[in-house]
Amino acid sequence: MAAITTIELVLLTVISAATPLLLAATGELVVERSGVLNLGVEGMMLVGAVSAFIVMLTTGSWALGIVAGAAAGVIMSMLFGVLTLFFLANQVASGLALTLFGIGVSSLLGIPFIGLPIDKLPALDLPLLGDIPILGPLIFGQDFLIYFSVLMIVVVHWFLFRTRSGLILRAVGESHDAAHSIGYSVIKIRFLAVMFGGAMAGLGGAFLSLSYTPMWVEQMTAGRGWIALALVVFATWKPGRVLIGAYLFGSVTILQLHLQGLGVQLPAQILSMLPYLVTILVLVLISRNAARVKLSAPGCLGQIFHPHS
Amino acid sequence: MRIKLVPRQTHSKVMTWMTPVMALVLSLLSGTVMFSLLGYPPLESLYAFFISPISDLYGLSELFIKATPLAIIAVGLAMGFRANVWNIGAEGQFTIGALTGSALVIYFPESDNVLMLPAMLILGVAGGMAWASIPAFLKTRFNTNEILTSLLLVYVAILILSTLVHGPWKDPAGYNFPESVIFQDVATLPIIVPGTRLHFGAIFALLVVATGWVLFSRTLAGFQVRVSGLAPHAARYTGVRSDRMVWYVLLGAGGLAGLAGIIEVAGPIGQVQPLISPGYGFAAIIVAFLGRLHPLGILFASLVLALSYLGGEFVQIKLGLPLGIAGVFQGMLLFFLLSCDVLINYRVEFRRPGTKSSASSA
Repeated sequence: MAAITTIELVLLTVISAATPLLLAATGELVVERSGVLNLGVEGMMLVGAVSAFIVMLTTGSWALGIVAGAAAGVIMSMLFGVLTLFFLANQVASGLALTLFGIGVSSLLGIPFIGLPIDKLPALDLPLLGDIPILGPLIFGQDFLIYFSVLMIVVVHWFLFRTRSGLILRAVGESHDAAHSIGYSVIKIRFLAVMFGGAMAGLGGAFLSLSYTPMWVEQMTAGRGWIALALVVFATWKPGRVLIGAYLFGSVTILQLHLQGLGVQLPAQILSMLPYLVTILVLVLISRNAARVKLSAPGCLGQIFHPHS
Repeated sequence: MRIKLVPRQTHSKVMTWMTPVMALVLSLLSGTVMFSLLGYPPLESLYAFFISPISDLYGLSELFIKATPLAIIAVGLAMGFRANVWNIGAEGQFTIGALTGSALVIYFPESDNVLMLPAMLILGVAGGMAWASIPAFLKTRFNTNEILTSLLLVYVAILILSTLVHGPWKDPAGYNFPESVIFQDVATLPIIVPGTRLHFGAIFALLVVATGWVLFSRTLAGFQVRVSGLAPHAARYTGVRSDRMVWYVLLGAGGLAGLAGIIEVAGPIGQVQPLISPGYGFAAIIVAFLGRLHPLGILFASLVLALSYLGGEFVQIKLGLPLGIAGVFQGMLLFFLLSCDVLINYRVEFRRPGTKSSASSA
């Protein structure tokens, strides 16, 4: 029994570690499919995390906390949307600005809340199913955001490849001039995509501060926003592969923690480098095939759209 | 009434230098709103943030100390941004430069050789270059996006710093604090204004700006950098190798960030600590944009961003405001700058509904 429990625990923590990446990367995937590169994921996640935490702590409501995280992400993403879509600002610079701004805002908002404890986001209580050994707690004993993150992969896949709106969104990302000339509102579609990305990044942050480590710590995302961005490239802009990628990174994160626990004779900091190094390695492996990246990347990714030009 | 953006024939030189001023004014106005929302008297707070910190010689010298790393890093970054190479990992190159430079002190703590300092500076530059060569290699050899790799390496660099100060580099006589030995005199940058902490690094900053300016506007290499950013196809046609350009600008930016790093530890800090930068590598990105990717502009912009750090510290001490306020101000400044910059390439036109396009009229 003891061995089973350990395996269960490990798998549970892998799922936990993967979820914030999965949420944020799913959102960014839709944004990039519409032709916009938002490098502000880290900033949106942070503001989502702090907002969710503050609202949960002050109202005591999990639902309100989660909604607040998503809403904060949306508000942040709208700043980016206005900047890049209406003021035609460079997307790389604007995304960086969003991250820097998010780090500042979240640390400002979070000061009175540092170190305060809350309960962990509770698991949805599914009677009977949760009692099945091993699979029970893994599949039926998780919290809302974990189910939601997996569900969204299915929804986003269906939306992008099975609906007309998804086709239009991809068309806008592939060639904004062509989409514009047949009458689609490029700006409106992109703005909505950017807002969706913001909501998902905010939820990713909310998961961190409500469930993964239920508290607020400055810059607690620790680069997860950037890893989520890398995941989208790793997935070659396909939702199903984002799921695989996120769980792979979740495993690396947990492996690193367990190696520390097993007394591997390396300073903790060296092991903490693993997720970042693996991300770089994976990026290299995917990108070395330049033709493949070019084929799968949205044609207008990162380009400014102005109907007159 | 509808508001329309109409492309300009050529981009506006006047607006290029006007929009940073507009962005500053807008940030100050938003700052007033922010202070009142937080429940602090807005005008007093603004005064405490922007005026009080530099109202005496000591304050001014502190401003120059903070502007020094910002200007040095930003000149390097500007080169890259002009060539469309997005090195956003200067913070990591800064950290590694500080470490490689400091290694000499750690391994020769008793040395009183006068060549110590020059050797440290060279090693600092080399360290920054080495760290930047990773994204350069991955970009040119494996087509890997330099934005993500350079940024991810920041986390790795900071963890290396943390490993060293908590482990082998910890001062044995330091009561187990995660700090290195305090640098000896020959390993410390001399003070240039007695009674202040203003050190020789400020002179380096001026030299870097001057050299950058000459390189940018007076040499073929600078021209090639600009062309490969503005018109990559034309650049390739005229024989500029884009791979080589990626290497040049990343090594240049990395070397300068490394220089800034070793100057910071051998100057104001005087030892290796777990925290050697309040985000200079990221703030320098804002400096580069605010300074219009031009060395002379960067000189002024570095003072503005230095003031945001100094003001942030000042209001923390005087009014008990959180330090995060500096970051908010910096982010806002970049937001406003990027949005105002639309005026460089576009005119704003107000049209009544129903009237036809007046794009042909001036």
